[in-house]
Amino acid sequence: MKNGQNFLKIQAQSDPDFVRRVEESSGQRISFCYQCGNCTASCAFTGDYDFPVNQVMRLVQLGQQDTVLHCRAIWLCGQCQACTVRCPCTIDVARVMATLRFMALEKGCVADKNVKRFAEEFLRSVSIFGRVFESGLLAAYKARSGMLLADVGLAPELFKRGKLSFVPHRIPGRRHVAALVKRFANVP
Amino acid sequence: MNDPVAYYPGCSLEGLAVEYDLSTRSVCHALGLSLVELEDWNCCGSTPASLYDPMLSATLAGRNLLLAQRARLKTVMTPCPGCLKALKGAIKAHALHSEAFEEALGHPYEGTVRAVSVLQLLYEKVGPNTLAHAVRWPLDGLSVVPYYGCLLTRPERSAQFDDPENPVSMDLLLEALGCVVPHFPFKTECCGATSGITRADVVARLSGRLLDMARRSGAQAIVVACPLCQQNLDLRQAQAEKAMRSRFGLPVLYLTQIIGWALGLPEQDLGLGKLVVSPFGVLPVRNRREPSHSECVENRGSPLSRG
Ligand code: SF4
Ligand code: SF4
Repeated sequence: MKNGQNFLKIQAQSDPDFVRRVEESSGQRISFCYQCGNCTASCAFTGDYDFPVNQVMRLVQLGQQDTVLHCRAIWLCGQCQACTVRCPCTIDVARVMATLRFMALEKGCVADKNVKRFAEEFLRSVSIFGRVFESGLLAAYKARSGMLLADVGLAPELFKRGKLSFVPHRIPGRRHVAALVKRFANVP
Repeated sequence: MNDPVAYYPGCSLEGLAVEYDLSTRSVCHALGLSLVELEDWNCCGSTPASLYDPMLSATLAGRNLLLAQRARLKTVMTPCPGCLKALKGAIKAHALHSEAFEEALGHPYEGTVRAVSVLQLLYEKVGPNTLAHAVRWPLDGLSVVPYYGCLLTRPERSAQFDDPENPVSMDLLLEALGCVVPHFPFKTECCGATSGITRADVVARLSGRLLDMARRSGAQAIVVACPLCQQNLDLRQAQAEKAMRSRFGLPVLYLTQIIGWALGLPEQDLGLGKLVVSPFGVLPVRNRREPSHSECVENRGSPLSRG
């Protein structure tokens, strides 16, 4: 796309209220970002992001809600906080990424289905047992994501070393835990 | 005797990181730190909970703070940095929205419990000098690099421990064991974190970079304090080797395991056999005859004079 066309597209899609909403729910002044690029330089995932993290910040400033909430970067962010530590404007960039992911989930834009599947299986395990039952979680996730063959080489190694148990721990307080999960997360 | 500390192992220490649990309990016991495991503790929610709602994370972790309060314990220690982050998040959430927090948990919470990592506990309550005196089998000459990972010391305002960019606490504890600790520029670089399950390719590359740098720094082993870092570097080392077209064969030990070895604790209390890359090729063999304590201190000089 030529630059002029890009500009028109950005103008047409701009939702000025988006910045305010992200600022409110993250508690961060995104308008302070002056695009120094420290966050991007610090981010281990930059090479795998569709938009490097400084561009995500810029897109928020430009009110590009659609582009931001559909991007894959917000799902890949490992919350390592390197960006947060190095932002000269003391913006908690990792927090912004987490907020965006949360907003995307609310709107049903899930650019990385596997992250969501994994999170659902995880919380299901927590609801049932009160703790995570790793073997059960991995099996359930693999079955749902269709990634049955991935990591197959690791499983025998783990069982051999007694690192994956066959029996879950059920804690007495699991109903209380399940109630919390039900209250705050909408897990099918 | 130090005040007893609430022990929150977290789910991975019941599974993929059992050796971290074993060695943490044994080392703390050997060093006179008394741990009281929280009864009925629950999962902190980890990353999946924070995906849905910050309050889910805060209350799941918060339930454990309540358990500590009920047991009248002021400090809760967890070896897992992910759990630590969740516990600190709960402490902060209580400070900010105490009513909503307590209402969700159904109990009043006084906000008196503080959360620390096992690294912080060992560093502050024992410290390098005392540790050096307790060492019975010095690891003299063993070259190891400490890998702190991303969450242990940052962000600064939540960690309130060590330096976010160049932490040294683990370096000093390792030196106290007699280890040589070369400069490791990737101390706090991210290993790929939780993407191991969903994006093994990314983790293989990021962990590969770390392993490669550790080898170039002259390390014979890497020491970690996080179950996720350990899995990414040890369990997935073959994947990292493939991604980097290189061979590393670097053992990745938990901090508590290497300390335990130097303290002379029995192997079965440390779970060294559970590591995928065996550490026995690099750990100095402990002889049959135990050296007497004075002999040991004499040979190494006073820990203070070792700078
Ligand atoms: S480090 Fe901060 S100021 Fe610099 S680009 Fe990133 S968010 Fe903007
Ligand atoms: S917190 Fe996320 S965006 Fe920030 S550096 Fe880490 S992975 Fe990158």
